[in-house]
Amino acid sequence: MTGVWIAVLATAAGCYALKLAGLTVPQRVLASPRVRRFAELVPVALLMALSAVQTATSGHAFALDPARLAGLGAAVVALLLRAPFLLVIVAAAGTAAALRAAGIS
Amino acid sequence: MSAPVRVPAAARQPRPVRDGVGLGLAVGVSGVAFGAAAVSAGLSVWQASALSLLAFTGASQFALAGVIAAGGSLLAGTAGAIMLGSRNTLYGLRLADVLRPRWPGRLLLALGVIDETTAVSLAQPDPDAARTGFTATFCCLYLTWNLATLAGAIGAGRIGSPQSFGLDVVGPAAFLALIWPRLRTGRTERLVAAAGAAIALGATPLLPVGVPVILAATAALAGALASPATQPGAVPPISQSAPPSSQNAPPSSLNAPPSSQSAPPSSRSAP
Repeated sequence: MTGVWIAVLATAAGCYALKLAGLTVPQRVLASPRVRRFAELVPVALLMALSAVQTATSGHAFALDPARLAGLGAAVVALLLRAPFLLVIVAAAGTAAALRAAGIS
Repeated sequence: MSAPVRVPAAARQPRPVRDGVGLGLAVGVSGVAFGAAAVSAGLSVWQASALSLLAFTGASQFALAGVIAAGGSLLAGTAGAIMLGSRNTLYGLRLADVLRPRWPGRLLLALGVIDETTAVSLAQPDPDAARTGFTATFCCLYLTWNLATLAGAIGAGRIGSPQSFGLDVVGPAAFLALIWPRLRTGRTERLVAAAGAAIALGATPLLPVGVPVILAATAALAGALASPATQPGAVPPISQSAPPSSQNAPPSSLNAPPSSQSAPPSSRSAP
């Protein structure tokens, strides 16, 4: 149990330090247009990667859960219809929950 | 939440508080899933809550719980979770430019540098709205995420599987919705997003859990090197959501001292 506490606190300290470091890097690091462009594109790449990994994998394996895929599909449809953020989330979770309640996956 | 929007343009206007509170509630609720997963993995309720209070970055928290659940080494679990948090450094790099945090407050503000606060802040058209959006998102998400973590941890085993509520889709859908405006604006953004997803998926069978997502940053690097460099000084502060007309905005907004953007900092903190 002590080991788990050490892991928990070390993770918290490390994650906090990384956040603070980003805010503290000198502004001139962002002066270059390429660095600025990189910093702009990083969230796009990482959030899309997170979305893909959380949708289609489980551990090291690909795991295509029909209800989860349908939920993400519903989110895409809602986004194409310009639905507000909350509606996008509700559509995604609601679709997955309804399919599972109906016995799919 | 409101009547159907008749004027689409009106719906696109910046509403940092509504964006932040909406996102904070929607994503924060998925803290239930983390609390439940953490306790199922063998963490205590207090350990789950400590992670949400102090680490406050969902992907890292899920990663650590996942490794503990799988019986992996605590060292590897900790290293992976911290590595996964390194993207927040890159977010902070971007946010520092927009939020321009002062020193004592920066220590608290740093805790809130995560995917969601970054997305809301950078979706605003000007620095003041960005600060408001950051604060609204941070406060709402921090409260909701921690209360939900506690509820999930205590209720684990009683509420059944979070999956039956579709909570496992909340994260992927939220991340997609967050970058959607940027995917609409540029071909480079769409290519970078596609490449990032492909890299992460391709690396998933090969690399430790959590690392493939970090590797996706190489797509952003390639995009930055390949796309035409914008003229220095002509980049609007928050380019992805700014209307085309903002290209004519005075270039000074980027490189000028912070005080030129709004009220002098001292007036903000003065009682």
